Amino acid sequence: MTAPGEEQQVSSGFVRSYVITGGRGLPDAEDLSLVTLVTLAPESQPPPNPGPEVRAIWELCSGGYLSVAEVAGHLGLPVGVARLLLQDLHQQGHLLRRKAPPPAQLVDRKILEEVLHGLQVRFG
Amino acid sequence: MDSKSGSAESIYVPDAVQRAAKILVVGHFAVGKTTLIGTLSEITPLRTEERMTQAAAQVDDLRGAPDKTTTTVALDFGRLTLSDELVLYLFGTPGQQRFVELWEDMARGSLGALLLVDPARLADTFPVIDLVETYGLEYAVAVNSFDPYSQHAENELREALDLLPDTPVVFCDARDQKSSAHALITLVRHLLTHAT
Repeated sequence: MTAPGEEQQVSSGFVRSYVITGGRGLPDAEDLSLVTLVTLAPESQPPPNPGPEVRAIWELCSGGYLSVAEVAGHLGLPVGVARLLLQDLHQQGHLLRRKAPPPAQLVDRKILEEVLHGLQVRFG
Repeated sequence: MDSKSGSAESIYVPDAVQRAAKILVVGHFAVGKTTLIGTLSEITPLRTEERMTQAAAQVDDLRGAPDKTTTTVALDFGRLTLSDELVLYLFGTPGQQRFVELWEDMARGSLGALLLVDPARLADTFPVIDLVETYGLEYAVAVNSFDPYSQHAENELREALDLLPDTPVVFCDARDQKSSAHALITLVRHLLTHAT
């Protein structure tokens, strides 16, 4: 399965991604971080004649919250392409997001205490 | 009615969860990052890719490359639900210097980093420490080793890696859940001592 070569470079076909995104550049990480939790707004209707990637992201994201990274992982897409598709959903008003985590400088004690407590309960 | 939550098999984050935290698992090639993540994760670890452009000068030049090349790096990650409101993601982050763009993205919003070290390949860890420190990440060292802990081994390692006195060092077996969890808990305790 996952060989120890975890940093191997994998090629997913640049051309394919280019087609999925309609030739647009990929958005940066500010809006949709790897761990921003997203889901589809209830009663959203998919666009007519969606492409296979758009259809797949609608199906996946209608089931509940997932992180941006998980959306990419489940769909087998690079993070940047998944972000772009999610950004489209957001602009169309279909995406719900949990608040993004604060940047590293603002890590607060409270989150760390919750993480520590959670780990101790889980593995204690 | 609500079939998407409650099932242990669900791929989704529980509905009540409001926040997601991120901790990086860093280390050189094949040090055991993916193993540790798989040991701790509640979901089957996922893999995705980050694509980045990089200056050709920084890359092994294969055939008179153009100004920029595009590289794809695989990212493995796992998830832990820690309370009704909080999930934690563990991201394996490749330690090569040339993936600086990736590191910016990965470091943003991270609580800290667990630095996995192979005691037989200490030199491979130096560039990884450089990256961790460049991005201002607090870290703890987890020595992925089958040998039992010894004070002598810890002292040698601290000296070789030039660690600060308060940087925690734990010995762990990345295949063992209790041992890996202990390493992660040690990191979070350390992060708390530095939190404001």
